[in-house]
Amino acid sequence: MNYLTKENGLLSWLLTGDHKRIAILYLISISFFFFVGGSLAGLIRLELLTPQSDLMATDTYNKVFSMHGIIMVFLFLVPSVPATIGNFFIPMMIGAKDLALPKINLLSWYLYIAAGIMILFTMISGGVDTGWTFTTPLSTHYVNTHVVTTGLGVFIAGFSSIFTGLNFIVTIHKMRAPGMTWFRLPLFVWSHYAASILMVLGTPVLAIALVLIVLERTVGIGVFDPTKGGDPLLFQHLFWFYSHPAVYIMILPGMGVISEVVSTFSRKRVFGYTAVAFSSVAIAVFGFFVWAHHMFIMGISNYAVLIFSLLTMLVAVPSSIKIFNWAFTLYKGSITFETPMLYAFGFMGLFTIGGMTGVFLGASGTDIHLTETYFIVAHFHFVMVGGMLMAFLSGLHFWWPKMTGRMYPEKISQLAAVVTFIGFNLTFFPQFILGTLGMPRRYASYPPEFQILNVFSTAGASVLGVGYLLPVLYLTWSLKYGEIAGNNPWQATGLEWQVQSPPLTENFPEIPIMDHEAYDYEWLENQKEKEVASVG
Amino acid sequence: MSDSTAVAHGAAEAHHEHPPYQRHHFETYAQQNDATNFAMWLFLLTEIMFFGGLFTAYLIYRNWYYPAFVQGSHQLQIGWGTANTAVLITSSFTMAMGVWSAEMRRKGLLVLFLVLTFLLGLVFLGIKTIEYHEKYEKHHIPGFHYSVQSFVDPASDPEVYNEYHDKPLPLDMARHTELYFFLYFAMTGMHALHMIIGIAILGFMIFRARAGAYTTGHVTFVENFGLYWHFVDIVWIFLFPLLYLISRHQ
Repeated sequence: MNYLTKENGLLSWLLTGDHKRIAILYLISISFFFFVGGSLAGLIRLELLTPQSDLMATDTYNKVFSMHGIIMVFLFLVPSVPATIGNFFIPMMIGAKDLALPKINLLSWYLYIAAGIMILFTMISGGVDTGWTFTTPLSTHYVNTHVVTTGLGVFIAGFSSIFTGLNFIVTIHKMRAPGMTWFRLPLFVWSHYAASILMVLGTPVLAIALVLIVLERTVGIGVFDPTKGGDPLLFQHLFWFYSHPAVYIMILPGMGVISEVVSTFSRKRVFGYTAVAFSSVAIAVFGFFVWAHHMFIMGISNYAVLIFSLLTMLVAVPSSIKIFNWAFTLYKGSITFETPMLYAFGFMGLFTIGGMTGVFLGASGTDIHLTETYFIVAHFHFVMVGGMLMAFLSGLHFWWPKMTGRMYPEKISQLAAVVTFIGFNLTFFPQFILGTLGMPRRYASYPPEFQILNVFSTAGASVLGVGYLLPVLYLTWSLKYGEIAGNNPWQATGLEWQVQSPPLTENFPEIPIMDHEAYDYEWLENQKEKEVASVG
Repeated sequence: MSDSTAVAHGAAEAHHEHPPYQRHHFETYAQQNDATNFAMWLFLLTEIMFFGGLFTAYLIYRNWYYPAFVQGSHQLQIGWGTANTAVLITSSFTMAMGVWSAEMRRKGLLVLFLVLTFLLGLVFLGIKTIEYHEKYEKHHIPGFHYSVQSFVDPASDPEVYNEYHDKPLPLDMARHTELYFFLYFAMTGMHALHMIIGIAILGFMIFRARAGAYTTGHVTFVENFGLYWHFVDIVWIFLFPLLYLISRHQ
């Protein structure tokens, strides 16, 4: 008997309060939207194979990259790790039976679905072509596409995210098992705590910005309209006040995954636990004071540019604390190369490149040269795809045995990890070069001398596509034919690994008492010896 | 934590069984109450951030277009605003008394205070409707055949003119009154929307309270709704001076 078999029927899933089932619902839905967004990315790369705009008209191209961005950011990246792996494992890691607010958790999934349907509906009925940033006055005055319905869709998706974050914060504060002190929490929980703060404080500002866009378009209130004295730049301030922290909402949970995976597969406590924990919080705090670096060329004052440039570079400090500490965790560890670890290595390499190029863009001088070019595109894809998606796949493989009770096939998934890594680099590394050479983003056509690098990029995208399709196939296969996993296939120390797989509906037969530090592999060995002794 | 819930919690522990309103995933009722209360405070934090966007816009545009904001503000009837402030503060008092009655497990009193809060909420909305209607008649609804007549030629609006003797604004400044009225409608409208949601929940609560749902020691819902109601009240306490009281006496 486990959470999957306890009740049957569609209704038992649609009305469930169980965080594990809601996580599965989320996993299915975000995977769907990932492949919708991914297909749009495929179309973009296909169009850019040739210098002319020949596959689609330029305004169709605008719609395709806009919908790609909107779907990937709001319907995949923001909920990706938190709403699936976080939802499933935060209660188990802290020794609780469920999240504090199960109904709110379910409501968040329904809001997500409502948002998804609205955005899909918009896409089918003609799409939106403002880019995912809804920049004014383009979005309010100059385009004639479905800005209002898309904006409302994103607004609703925002509430889904707020509820997830709020639920996590309450759960981590109030539901920890006896003995589970703040500094015994797995770092996965710390990074989700930091991301949740961003969700709760940032998302409402995006919500009001979108409400104002909708009002401006429908009623014409003038708040972003210069002819009535409004300021289009105000929208950018409101939008980026959320949307810059949002990139930390996207990356922080991924960093949490990497901490767990790196520790487990080097069989060492994470080096500098406290520093890694506080670096998550530091990223969340700094993250709120860097938004104007998206506006360096948009006429904000020179002093603001200076200050925001400095603050932006400061975010690199806590990020590199993490990278260095993971490296030190590996040092003299007993490293093994299972699939989650391969993805984690991918993350560390690609995120480092993505993060470092972020410093180039934070430096206002180089930013003026590089902004609105493919350099930007390459930079945030290194962080979001090379970083977050790698972390998501790493976590998915790592916890798959616990979620389903079955192992994924190791050899082919290692292959998929390598294919993803190669495909990713082939797709996005040429874009750094294209950007420095001056190829602008968001155009369907480009000068012929850029073609060779674009061909590389498109070829890489095809490899990447294979890398993403493989897990869908073998993970589905493993649901029925995978090896039975057992309770703790990785010999990991988290509380979630000490109970049966798949877990019971209420996670633990009785609430555990945490009597050791996090990542205490000696404790785990002693436990095993005790068990052997008691059986013998 | 009130005395009554502490008692309920203590009794539950003594008998090793849970009160019926304790959800299965909480260890104790105290934990449940703590968690839901904390969640409500966090939710109110998101509300502050939500209204924060509008307050930011207000701050910037008021700074840029001060004369337009002064004359726009003169169009509001300070009497109605004051009356509404009084109504809301009273409703916060009745709501607080409602929470107290729930904690004291006095059903009749709880229903009475909830009904009073409900009615005061309706009075507030009624007065707001009167004010909105007046704006409609004077063509002061932004984006909706908006007219700057009262600002380029204040004498044409004798009621306001006799009180404030405003000088005519140049046309480009007068046009910015539309931004003032947009902020007025957006901020009070968003506030009114929160009132409507609150009143709807109050209606639901009155029925539940009559059935005795909140007077058995399970006061969390009433308590959390009280927090929400006070929050909406506090938003108005900021809106009233910001919108009604700009430079009344120069």
